[in-house]
Amino acid sequence: MARVQRWIESPHRMGLLIACVLVFGSAWVAVSAVPAGATTGGLIPSPRRGFLAPDFDLEAMGSQRIHLQDLRGQVVVINLWASWCPPCRAEMPALQRVYEDYQERGLVVLGVNMTAQDGVAEAEAFAGRLGLTFPILYDRTGLVGKLYQSRALPTTFFLDREGVIQRVVVGGPLTEVTLRSHLEPLLEEGG
Amino acid sequence: MLPVLQIGPLAIQLPGVLLLAGVWFALLAAERGALRRAIPAERMTNMILISLVAGILGARLGYALRFIELYLEQPLALFALNLNTLSNFEGFIAAILAGVICIQRWRLPVLDVLDALAPGLALFMIAIGLAHLASGDAFGAVSSVPWSIELWGAERQPSQVYEIIAAVLIYGFILRLQQHTFSPGFLFFALLTCHSLARLFLEAFRGDSLIVAGSLRMGQVLSLAVLASSLLALHLLSRRTPMSQARLERDRL
Repeated sequence: MARVQRWIESPHRMGLLIACVLVFGSAWVAVSAVPAGATTGGLIPSPRRGFLAPDFDLEAMGSQRIHLQDLRGQVVVINLWASWCPPCRAEMPALQRVYEDYQERGLVVLGVNMTAQDGVAEAEAFAGRLGLTFPILYDRTGLVGKLYQSRALPTTFFLDREGVIQRVVVGGPLTEVTLRSHLEPLLEEGG
Repeated sequence: MLPVLQIGPLAIQLPGVLLLAGVWFALLAAERGALRRAIPAERMTNMILISLVAGILGARLGYALRFIELYLEQPLALFALNLNTLSNFEGFIAAILAGVICIQRWRLPVLDVLDALAPGLALFMIAIGLAHLASGDAFGAVSSVPWSIELWGAERQPSQVYEIIAAVLIYGFILRLQQHTFSPGFLFFALLTCHSLARLFLEAFRGDSLIVAGSLRMGQVLSLAVLASSLLALHLLSRRTPMSQARLERDRL
């Protein structure tokens, strides 16, 4: 250790070391440089920030079908929920208010009910009671839950107009202010 | 990867638990480090806790300032238990400022305080690596190396494992270094040197680097600057007369 200390004390040796670090470090930085966009997940579908949102096609309440890919060009909020989950129930009114306010600016809210762990009747009764007007989708087989690696409810994904996930919020309830602060920047982009 | 640990009805966010455990162990290590340097342990603990609280407050206020109109309408949202409405940069600045104020107010020796913090910080870096492994954050670049792992839709470098190995090695080195006598501040800058060197090297295997100036990885550029600066600091500190532990304590008393 004394030898190392003597080495560090020497201005010539230390100057040389710092110069070498700068030269070799810069060379390593240059060697490991990558084009912009190559490290952000880009077009690989995966349920995390920076990646393309995994596509799905689900039956919605009222018998229509919704294909996520068809919503490109709009900001999308995917909220995974179940009627038996208290924080899911608590954040629904905020989601509804935000949907009403931002719908004209290009916001789509998809309430994906985890029907495999819940029930269509329960989901419909809950949506009716709260007067939810955004699409409620039924994940009857649990495929979307699996695609989005849902490990806790609610989980909310915020997608930009390109279909790329910009934020993932696990747990809740989300407040209206939180929702608006997450959505404003996304709605401003290309709106 | 195990971001949520489900125990019965309880969904525990494992990365958060690992970080909290890291803070706890870092706090214990910092207290021990303070005692070795004749710094009152409770002052050290208070300084860290005040910095943490200031960091959280700063992070929330920093976020709220960006959306001031929304928060003015509903000020109670400032107290929402949501980690997504925290701003890292403002939080970091607030924590550092709070630490500086504590050091000045209690007249603590800055370099000794930094040395006392070094083993705890090294330990905390291991916790960060484990939290990254649990959450899948700080993920690796797409790769076909035989030890690649399946993560986020592709085979990737196990960058979190590299991070943990580097942090454990650095922690061991810092513990070893701690047994010798150096000028105050040396241990802290040695830690900074090791971590910036590790980051400079390992960032190349990351798949989530922030890119600046067209194609350069921001983590590497910053690490290179920190590495050169900390080497210079080590050199300047080594030219000061090393003080023995006994003399340090005598001076304080």
